[in-house]
Amino acid sequence: MKKSELPDPFSDARKTKGCGQMHDQGDDVTMVLGLKDVRKCAHNWKTFQSGAKPGRIVVPNEEYIRETRQIPFEVDPPAHGDYRALVEPWFKRPLEVAYQEKLQQLVGQSIDEALSAGELEVVSDFALKLQSRALTVLLNIPLEESETWIKWGTHVFRSEDSPVDGDKAKILYDYIDAQIDQALASPGEDLYSVLLSSEVNGQKLTREEVKGVMILTFAGGRDTVINAVTNTIAYFAEHPQSLDRLRQEPELITRSVEELIRYFSPLTHMGRVVTEDTQVCEHAQKVDSRISLVWASANRDERIFEKPNEVVLDRKVNPHVAFGFSHHNCLGATHARTLLKILIKTLSERIGKMEITDHQDNIEEWGEFKRKVGFDSLKVKFEETKG
Amino acid sequence: MAKITFITQTGTQITAEASSGNIMELAKENNVEGIDGDCGGVCSCATCHVHVAPEHFDKVGKASEIEEDMLELDDNANEYSRLGCQIEISEDLNGIVLQVAN
Repeated sequence: MKKSELPDPFSDARKTKGCGQMHDQGDDVTMVLGLKDVRKCAHNWKTFQSGAKPGRIVVPNEEYIRETRQIPFEVDPPAHGDYRALVEPWFKRPLEVAYQEKLQQLVGQSIDEALSAGELEVVSDFALKLQSRALTVLLNIPLEESETWIKWGTHVFRSEDSPVDGDKAKILYDYIDAQIDQALASPGEDLYSVLLSSEVNGQKLTREEVKGVMILTFAGGRDTVINAVTNTIAYFAEHPQSLDRLRQEPELITRSVEELIRYFSPLTHMGRVVTEDTQVCEHAQKVDSRISLVWASANRDERIFEKPNEVVLDRKVNPHVAFGFSHHNCLGATHARTLLKILIKTLSERIGKMEITDHQDNIEEWGEFKRKVGFDSLKVKFEETKG
Repeated sequence: MAKITFITQTGTQITAEASSGNIMELAKENNVEGIDGDCGGVCSCATCHVHVAPEHFDKVGKASEIEEDMLELDDNANEYSRLGCQIEISEDLNGIVLQVAN
């Protein structure tokens, strides 16, 4: 098996039952596995809500370590739509040329570092740095701030021995509180300041609401982007002919990003809380129980995708749900897509060869399922394009 | 060349011409409000949803099963709904009118 391969552990359960089961801190979670079922449940916010107690829709459950509601993520329509409309223009800035030029510079810097090191550990020394630096562009703050986030390491929330670590989460929450204080004292053109001066339905956003948007922005875009960047490097290290093809046919890069994101599915699943007795995959589902929408399984659904376990770089019809689906689709998707496009284009132009010299898989355990989502560490040798 | 007319939710009418590519790409090139094309045209995001004028629907044709599954869960879908990224532009589409759904 290739090191960059990410097997689909959900295949049998998806075909035979349509659902899986897992236990999360004393609470059963029904894992919805098929693409059509996942989409239907994601769309049906009245029965499968996001606006439950803050933290409860996340798997593993964060309700015991977080009180702040993440916005718009943990709000349902119609209020969700008002918040989403407020933040959407900011999160679409990656479509602007000036934004892309900044990301291009940061990607260039990361590639320079990889080439001058010759060999480096990609998770900590490439992906974490690039993710952190790119986040300064999304927040519109000075690049130096990324040094603080890089020091936090790869998992703000997760420790080695516990799925959710309150002490580590507190580092992020205290940091955001301090940044909000600073923005209140001297407002600028950063996301904190913009949110603090924004209104929804004629009401100024409260400090708690601003904090909710910022926690979402930090938490939602950290492990996911780090995994996507690391897996991209691993994939092209083992498929140099694919990188050659994109060098010759750069117009395929947009499709290749969607396909890699489908294949990687950097966020395995996301939960919902059931608001009424209902049925999921033909099984009874009780009020106040939890389900999870398993994006990673839906994205390998053989009823929809031909060759689901292969990366088909020019896949033309690709109805994946790697960025979620319906109202709560990923707010940071435009940033993530833009960053990956620039990364792949730059790799294709500047990298002659990448070789994986050592690796440690990052394997998640969800009840009966073990899923490789990426790497805990990935050592790669980088060589420049010749001539 | 095919002349395609878009009517946005705010009532703005934009007519654009192309001989290749798809409807989503044409709308984006012409800054048609309400057509985002977030996924770049692979039928994953449904941000290029249009209602084809009923009298032109035969020219455009029906959605594929995968596209229909996407439209089924779109609150603004009707019997004339299509995703722009799944409509290839050809001479046959000359003169059609598309109402932007969002």
